[in-house]
Amino acid sequence: MNGSLTDVTDTWPGWSAIVETLLLRAGFNTTIVIVGTTLLGVAGGLVGAFSLLRKRALLADALSHATLPGIAGAFLVMVAFGGDSRSLPALLGGAALTGVLALLCVQLILRSTRLREDAALGIVLSVFFGVGIVLLSVAQSSPSGTQAGLSHFIYGQTAAMSRHDAILMGSIALLSILVAALLAKELALVCFNDAFAKVTGIPVTLLDLLLMGLVVLVTVTGLQAVGLILVVAILIIPAAAARFWTDRFRTMLLVAAIVGGISGYLGSVVSALLPRKPAGAVIVLVSGAVFAVSMLLAPRRGVVAIALRAARMRLRIAGEHLLSHLLEREEAAPAGTGSAMSNDVLVAGAGARGWSAARTRLVARLLAWRGLVQRRGASLALTPAGRAAGERVRRNHRLWEQYLVSYADVAPSHVDWSVDQVEHVLSESLVQELEASLEARGISASGRGRITVQRSDEER
Amino acid sequence: MIEALRVDPWRDLPPLLAAVFAALSCGLLGNFLVLRRLSMMGDAISHSVLPGLVAAFLIAGTRSSPAMFIGAAIAGLMTVGLVSLVRSAGRVESGAAMGVVFSVLFALGVLLLEQAAARNVDLDADCVLHGQLEFLFAVRPAGGAPLLSVEWLRRLPGEVYTLAVMTVVAIGFMLLCFKELRIVSFDPELAASQGISPRLVNAFLMVLVAAATVASFKAVGSILVIAMLVCPAATARLLTDRLHTQVIASGVIALIAAIIGFFGATAVPRALGLADDVNTAGAMTVALGLFFAVTVIVAPRHGVIAGALRRVRLGRRVLMEDLLGTLYRAEEREAGVIDESMSPVMRPGPTGTQRLRAEAMARRRGLITGEGEDATLTSAGRTAAADLVRRHRLWESYLVQEAGLRADHVHDPAETLEHLRDEGRRPIAPTATDRVDPHGKPIPGGE
Repeated sequence: MNGSLTDVTDTWPGWSAIVETLLLRAGFNTTIVIVGTTLLGVAGGLVGAFSLLRKRALLADALSHATLPGIAGAFLVMVAFGGDSRSLPALLGGAALTGVLALLCVQLILRSTRLREDAALGIVLSVFFGVGIVLLSVAQSSPSGTQAGLSHFIYGQTAAMSRHDAILMGSIALLSILVAALLAKELALVCFNDAFAKVTGIPVTLLDLLLMGLVVLVTVTGLQAVGLILVVAILIIPAAAARFWTDRFRTMLLVAAIVGGISGYLGSVVSALLPRKPAGAVIVLVSGAVFAVSMLLAPRRGVVAIALRAARMRLRIAGEHLLSHLLEREEAAPAGTGSAMSNDVLVAGAGARGWSAARTRLVARLLAWRGLVQRRGASLALTPAGRAAGERVRRNHRLWEQYLVSYADVAPSHVDWSVDQVEHVLSESLVQELEASLEARGISASGRGRITVQRSDEER
Repeated sequence: MIEALRVDPWRDLPPLLAAVFAALSCGLLGNFLVLRRLSMMGDAISHSVLPGLVAAFLIAGTRSSPAMFIGAAIAGLMTVGLVSLVRSAGRVESGAAMGVVFSVLFALGVLLLEQAAARNVDLDADCVLHGQLEFLFAVRPAGGAPLLSVEWLRRLPGEVYTLAVMTVVAIGFMLLCFKELRIVSFDPELAASQGISPRLVNAFLMVLVAAATVASFKAVGSILVIAMLVCPAATARLLTDRLHTQVIASGVIALIAAIIGFFGATAVPRALGLADDVNTAGAMTVALGLFFAVTVIVAPRHGVIAGALRRVRLGRRVLMEDLLGTLYRAEEREAGVIDESMSPVMRPGPTGTQRLRAEAMARRRGLITGEGEDATLTSAGRTAAADLVRRHRLWESYLVQEAGLRADHVHDPAETLEHLRDEGRRPIAPTATDRVDPHGKPIPGGE
């Protein structure tokens, strides 16, 4: 029993089996299940995108937990009245019923108490699930012996799906895809600006209900395939992953649907090919991997892109500081000696700014590469282009100083301290506007020498 | 029924103790989760300990408590870290971040569990959800031993001790850091400005919540953990506005619910004629749910009934005040103080049964005499009515002078504002020259 995780070796299927399953040729039942979960993934991606944007992602979690008492209750009722206690429509009907009841309870708590949404969700989720567990333990002591299937709904088990179950799942998923696609525009308006939607005459409450209805449909449909704990994942993860790639609503819907579809497809294919790989878990892990990749690598909102942008910004700011540093030295030096600065002086000067020697050298090298400074042996000197750039930086700095003092009521002693950060983000048009407004008041923005900040009397 | 309430020190007391300690540690810490709007964090943590448990089991090869505890604790802390990473680095809304993290970790756990099952290892996934309170008994020694003896203490299951330590740690943390927790929960910016790091306090809280979750769920199951983290605190929040009262109340509620659930799991099915007990952790959750539902309805200030009563009383007072105002304005017309040019429309005031009810209320208070057409103000009633009309006209002046509304737009808002009672919302008295409202009507009283 002791051993590593890899003790259990899976027998890998041959290539032909893999290709056949991927191409949906591995028997009718398998194909139906794969198509069903793919559709379910697409539906989850679409509906989830709406509920994510409506900031209701976790509502699906409360909802899915709340289906347990419905399933167990429907089972008990069927046993009591001698019906088919494993009839899927009855069990799913019960699930939908308590799911909707849970949504109503959340609304009721939000309306009639001062509790926030998170607490309302936590209460409803745990209490409904607790009731479910109690009913389940009653069902387990019932003599009919068919209750074993009930726990499939907790963890999901595609293998236990019959052809009819899979067809039912596929068609409900298809229905919710159609509804979500048809009403995409109205739902989008509700998600982004419900107040505006209301005044333009869109029935916001009705659409909200519809969206909740879609979430219930997807949740209940997903119960058998992914299980009630993981079904929330097919609603949240594809949508959250899609959000990284785009700021456009339609694109996001498309990406979420594709991510959901691919996860559903791969999940059920892997589950069909390998033993002991429950489809639900694989689906969630595939979409989780897509989410991780999106979060890291997405072009604009990804972590790497953001970090790169920040690093580039820091380097640019450091370069501009170095330029103005060089410019100041050049002006302080006696005429004719030029601006050449030996490396030691440079490092010492930069040290005063809290830069490391390595960072200074990196910044200097970047400036040299851009042709703004010239490296002469171990010293640096401004090129004409560098001088112009340095003067531009200094001019922006002064513009800001003046602007902050005259318009923003900043104490003059703080001016220098905050402008250093802000001068680098000035846009060209803003600079022109500032220049014009300051020059109109007789303040020159250009010109050499240390600018004298006009201090008011009380500041002295 | 009575027999179900008997407590066997070997069979019943250990699980009861475990449940009580779990209830206390989770229930008390939950207050700050609810205040910080992080209630679902307990949900996320308790779902995602599954892979930690299974991995610990597969690596250590035993079901020994320390290994499982460490595995679960690592998974719990990973959840907290990953959620905050996804939220801050990925800029994903916190609910969605929790959903992503816990479902992926749970999926990983399910997959690992299947690997374990393949080796014929009995690691019941259901116990993660339902807990195994029923199996937390102490083995009765052959000769029997008295309750609370050394022998009894020695034979208590380890979970009971883990939970007891956890409870002490949780209570100690709250006693030591109550001030910090309170200020961070209500006003993180103020806390930061006073040198209390909200991030640090939050991190401590999260670590403790993770620890309490991990310590509890093996005994009571993750669902009861979530319920204990949220329900007692939310229930107590409806009962009081003071934080320390709320914390104490939540502890009491958690305690009582645990005890009721424990006995209810046996007693209620028997009363209903069912053969077997129901799941104990589930029964405790149901007890918590019932407590909450009852509190929502009957809570003294924040309950549904209290709110409805307040609204009814307010409605009656407004009706009566409207009647007084109508009678006063009618007197003013008769006396010629106001005329058609100032108010072309004479508002009828309450009518029908509303009028009858308003009259009855005013008569009971000695503010009017007579009824229907003959109703007239008593002197006390005239004073009250003058005060009301004064407030109405002062509000009208205020709305025209200070809020810049047109004179013909101020009646309706003033009609609402005149009923406000708290001192802070009294209209500002106009200057001595302002003895008339924007319509030229005199402002009574206030000389």
